Amino acid sequence: MSPAMIELGSVTKSFGTHQVLKGITASVERGEVVCLIGPSGSGKSTILRCINGLEAYDGGLVHIDGVKVDRDASSIVGIRTSMAMVFQRFNLFPHRTALENVVEGPIYVKKEPAAEATARGRDLLARVGLAAKIDAYPAQLSGGQMQRVAIARALAMQPKAILFDEPTSALDPELVGEVLEVMKSLAEEGMTMLVVTHEMGFAREVADRVLFLDQGVIVEEGSARELLSAPRNPRTQDFLRRVLRPI
Amino acid sequence: MQNFMRDAAQFMPLLLQGLKFTILVTAGSLLLSSLLGLVWALMRVSGIAWLAMIAKLVVNTLRGIPILVQLFYLYFVMPEFGLRLTALEAAILGLGIAYSAYQSENFRAGIEAVDHGQIEAAQSIGMGWGLMMRRVVLPQAIKIILPPYGNIMIMMLKDSSQASTITVAELTLQGSLIASSTFKNMTVYTLVALLYLSMSLPLIAFVGWLERRFGKGTKR
Ligand SMILES: Nc1ncnc2c1ncn2[C@@H]1O[C@H](COP(=O)(O)OP(=O)(O)OP(=O)(O)O)[C@@H](O)[C@H]1O
Ligand SMILES: [Mg+2]
Repeated sequence: MSPAMIELGSVTKSFGTHQVLKGITASVERGEVVCLIGPSGSGKSTILRCINGLEAYDGGLVHIDGVKVDRDASSIVGIRTSMAMVFQRFNLFPHRTALENVVEGPIYVKKEPAAEATARGRDLLARVGLAAKIDAYPAQLSGGQMQRVAIARALAMQPKAILFDEPTSALDPELVGEVLEVMKSLAEEGMTMLVVTHEMGFAREVADRVLFLDQGVIVEEGSARELLSAPRNPRTQDFLRRVLRPI
Repeated sequence: MQNFMRDAAQFMPLLLQGLKFTILVTAGSLLLSSLLGLVWALMRVSGIAWLAMIAKLVVNTLRGIPILVQLFYLYFVMPEFGLRLTALEAAILGLGIAYSAYQSENFRAGIEAVDHGQIEAAQSIGMGWGLMMRRVVLPQAIKIILPPYGNIMIMMLKDSSQASTITVAELTLQGSLIASSTFKNMTVYTLVALLYLSMSLPLIAFVGWLERRFGKGTKR
C-alpha cells in the first residue's frame, strides 16, 4: 500500500508555553479533498505550516508521500515545491505581473526552461479565467483575481497537493464564488487538497472528509455530510451553530 | 562685482581641482559604504544569531566613533601597524567604512518593512534564503530604501570635506589654502559654497523625485 499523501502522527507544537497543537493525528490520501474547520486560534494555520515546513513542529511526525518533513534536511525544498500553499491574503509578489508570479517558482526554483514554464503559466492563468490579465500587476487586480493568480502560481509548481489557508476569508462576498469555482474544478480533476475554510457550503459539496479542530485537538472527523449535518460532539455542534447562523 | 569675477576666474582652476577630489572621495566612499552596508544588513537579517551579533557590534562601534577620529585612525595610526595609505585612499576607506553603519541601518529597515507574507510565499515555492532576498525581498525593499539613501548621498557629499583634515586637497581644503594666501575670504568661500550647491541641489531634487515616486501612498 502506498503511503498517504499527507500523514500527521501525534504532532505537537508550542509557542513558548502555549501549546497550540496537542497531538494531531490525521491523514490526507491521494486525490482526497479534506476540509479543516474550527474556531479562530484553534491551530488550523499552524497545522498547514507544519506540513510544508514553514513552521517546525516539536513532537510527533509529519510525512509527505512517505518523506519526513524536516526543516533542517535538504529534502525540505522538494517538500515545499510539492506542497503548494495558497494564503488568505494572497501574498502575490507585488513587483511582478500575474504571469511573472506564476512562473517565478518553475523558472527560478525548479530551473525549468523559461519558454516551457511561460507557456504553461499562460495556460494556467487561462484556466483560472485570467487570460486577459497576464500582464497585470497585483495592484491592478481584484481580490478574487489575485487569489486565482495565487492558485495558478500554486499549480505551476505541479504540486502533489495544495494547502489552502482560508483562501476566501479576505474576499468581498461577491468575489468568493469565483475562487470556490476554481477550487471545485481542481477537486474534480483529482487534485489532493487540504483546505482550511469557513465556507461550509463548499465543504459540504466538495470535501470528502471534514476535520473539526478545537484548541489544538481534532475533536471530530468524518465525511462532510455526516459531520456537517449530524455532528456528534457538542463542541462541533456549538461551532457549526455559530458559523451557520452568525450573531 | 568686477573684482569678484576677476578673482573667481583666477581661483576657479584650483577649486575645480579640489572639486575633482571631492567627487572622487564622495563616489568612492558611497560605493564602499553601500556594499559594506548591504553586507552588515544581510548579516543582521540572516537569522543566524552569531552573524547578526557581529554585524550589530560593528555597526554600533562605527556609529559610536566620530568620523573624524576614524579618519585620523586610518591615516595616522594604521601606518604603525604597517598599513600605509595615501590620503585619498584613507579618506575613501574611512568615510566608506564610517558611513556603512548608516547605510546598513537604512537597508535593514527597508528589508524588515517587507511584508512577512512575502517571505512565506517565497519559502512556500521552495526558495532558499539567497534567492528569496534577490528575487522577492530586495526588489521590494529598495523602494523603501531609496529616499533615505538619497539623503545619505547628500550627507556624504558634504562630509567629504572631512577628508581635508587628513590632507586630501578636496574643495574645502583648496578653498582654505587659497583664502589664507590671498585673504579673499568672501570670494573664495562663496565660490566653494556655490560649487557644493551645484552638486547637492541636483541631488536634493533627485531625492524629492524618489520620494514622490516611491514614497508613501504609491501602490507598487
Ligand atoms: N509565531 C507565533 N508565535 C506565537 N504564537 C503563535 C504564532 N503563530 C500562531 N500562534 C498562536 O497559536 C495559536 C494558533 O494559531 P493559528 O494561526 O494556527 O490558528 P488558526 O486556527 O489558524 O486561527 P485563525 O482562524 O484565526 O486563522 C493562536 O493562539 C496564535 O496566537
Ligand atoms: Mg489561520
